[in-house]
Amino acid sequence: MTKAMTGAKMVVQALIDQGVEVVFGYPGGAVLPIYDEIFQQNSITHVLVRHEQGAVHAAEGYARSTGKPGVALVTSGPGATNAVTGLTDALLDSIPLIVLTGQVPTFMIGSDAFQEADTVGITRPCTKHNWLIKETDKLAATLHEAFHVATSGRPGPVLIDIPKDVQFATGTYTEAKQVETHYNPQVKGDIDAITELVKAMETAKRPVFYTGGGVINSGPQASQLLRELVAATNFPITSTLMGLGCYPASGDNWLGMLGMHGLYEANMAMHDCDLMINIGARFDDRITGRLDAFSPGSKKAHIDIDASSINKVIHVDIPILGDVAHVLEDLLNVWKSRGRKTNQEGLSNWWDQINDWRAVKCLDFTQEGKIIKPQYALQRLEELTKKHDRYITTEVGQHQMWAAQYLGFEDPNRWMTSGGLGTMGYGFPASIGVQMAHPDALVINVAGEASWLMNMQELGTAMQFNLPVKQFILNNERLGMVRQWQQLLHGERYSSSWSESLPDFVKLAEAFGAKGIQCHDPDTLDDAIMEMITHDGPVLFDCLVEKHENCFPMIPSGKAHNEMLMGDASTDGAISGAGEALV
Amino acid sequence: MSALKIKKGATSHSAYNLRPNYSDTVERHTLAVLVENEPGVLARVIGLFSGRGYNIDSLTVAEVDHLGHRSRITIVTNGTPQIIEQIKAQLGRIVDVHKVNDLTVEGSSVERELALFKVSGKGENRIEAVRLADIFRANVVDSTLESFVFEITGTPEKIDAFAELMRPLGLQEIARTGVAALSRGAV
Repeated sequence: MTKAMTGAKMVVQALIDQGVEVVFGYPGGAVLPIYDEIFQQNSITHVLVRHEQGAVHAAEGYARSTGKPGVALVTSGPGATNAVTGLTDALLDSIPLIVLTGQVPTFMIGSDAFQEADTVGITRPCTKHNWLIKETDKLAATLHEAFHVATSGRPGPVLIDIPKDVQFATGTYTEAKQVETHYNPQVKGDIDAITELVKAMETAKRPVFYTGGGVINSGPQASQLLRELVAATNFPITSTLMGLGCYPASGDNWLGMLGMHGLYEANMAMHDCDLMINIGARFDDRITGRLDAFSPGSKKAHIDIDASSINKVIHVDIPILGDVAHVLEDLLNVWKSRGRKTNQEGLSNWWDQINDWRAVKCLDFTQEGKIIKPQYALQRLEELTKKHDRYITTEVGQHQMWAAQYLGFEDPNRWMTSGGLGTMGYGFPASIGVQMAHPDALVINVAGEASWLMNMQELGTAMQFNLPVKQFILNNERLGMVRQWQQLLHGERYSSSWSESLPDFVKLAEAFGAKGIQCHDPDTLDDAIMEMITHDGPVLFDCLVEKHENCFPMIPSGKAHNEMLMGDASTDGAISGAGEALV
Repeated sequence: MSALKIKKGATSHSAYNLRPNYSDTVERHTLAVLVENEPGVLARVIGLFSGRGYNIDSLTVAEVDHLGHRSRITIVTNGTPQIIEQIKAQLGRIVDVHKVNDLTVEGSSVERELALFKVSGKGENRIEAVRLADIFRANVVDSTLESFVFEITGTPEKIDAFAELMRPLGLQEIARTGVAALSRGAV
């Protein structure tokens, strides 16, 4: 049976057929027909954001916390260009999004019409794929294909640009099951390569699992299989920023996060291992540090669904192209069928070594005096919230790294952060998206005051939709990470890294009708955090912290994993030579 | 061994180029890319090369299967073995790309390019131009009393050689199509 309907109706129908419950968006001239259809239905909730960047980040938060694609709807021209940062963020972190943009009518495209922009041109490098629809008859099939492309293979954002006349015109609706696609990435890994990895695992003396966001993107099954594999082999495991939660922070084999601000034991294990098993990570420069000194003595295996990630920066010995869950299932089966062997003696020595590194206690700090250390604030936040059904988002900077170090994640999809792009302003709208997906959960955005101000307008959204998101702002009145780098690299010349003329955050919250809390005293911190948690509504928590605290451990740019700076280290001349040019 | 055909021995490097003694040799490869004939697909391919800093020596594109809605893009590029592998993997993940073949490593192939040369001159030069054109099996497709347009087909090297010979004889303009290439033998 074929159904005739307008393009605008098709959009809503396709979203419903794809199981979409929430759309984040902002109306404008070129999407009015779609908004008219949204008005006339009850299946989909539309969340009106206050800026299109917020819509895309909220959709990212929704997607990352549910495993489902996030959907955003914005108008042409400025609506589309405001979405670009969110699209790029989602592309770098492999977050599945469907972004719908309005466009001027087809007969006006190219005429520099009002609110016209070459949206598919602008977004081509920052989407996994995009489409400009010129015929209403093709709209529904493209919408269904968009969901397939966004969620298959390495996930990512896709964009569909829909001219206004296409929305008004009537065409034939295509059902999802009628859509044929040639895009079907390989998910099963090559069994010979998997067997080669198993053989390496059987004899390795110093193995380490290096996991990443790909485990989380592969779904809960992947995390489950990973836990089984770690428990069965007793290999140590570390993770990138994006992979936190795929293995529980309370697990015995957990080394903590690795990388530039990773834990000492994690980075040392990576440097000294003889078998590195990369599962769904991509040898990002925050992870590898100096390339020619990156884990010099190890055999490297890499499981990734994206062929272009394999051998991009680090040459690997055992490449395995496939989906993490599929590959881990086969890997476990092969390992079991070959007799569940590991090098017991080697492993035992390896754990002795690792425990020596752990004894360094690289995250230790001293909270003394009347000023709250940011680490202490997060330690208390962790203690008072870890038993809750909790989701954490972050902005970008020192607070983000401290959150990754001091908060523990037991499950995947509980940690939403901007890893690849490092987008200040991500966390607040993302927390709104998470809370929409999990209305009864405790959703906390760990923020810095500077990042938070970048998308503060979304407090209006949180109020309008009764979203009790907690904004935990570590306020050091500085762009903390910029300040830290200026201290280490630019002779303590703090160029533009103060947040001058900061607002009174309590009054700011109250101006929106939200609750504001300020805390500067370590002795009252617990009570203040409890007040934040128990308040039924959005809270802006202004936590005044030590202004000049640096984030350690740190692998300075251009250095190797075993050249970490620790908390009490001298930082003079820490970055020099080729490292100075890096970011 | 693995599903990925990744050349062993390709050394890693980063965009930050921290390896001063980068010793890999630059190779020239001809890639045949079969794509969905969609608007924007060429922009996607070119954008990939410019965005990631890869080189394009030559690029040709045309529809090759109207019913199947397929176009073929032939790209001549150069880079270290590791960069060439990256280029192929990056091309392969473009949604509109069906297939990427590296004609340089997948057996032998034939390459041809067509070029038009405008040469003007009088007297000995004019006679010499026609004589050389004859040796190169170039055809005269337009002539006036003071000029010729030659059409020549061959490998890029042959066309380069012809251009060198024509330059002192009054070469005015060249139009080249870029390389078209196919693997030898049955499919």
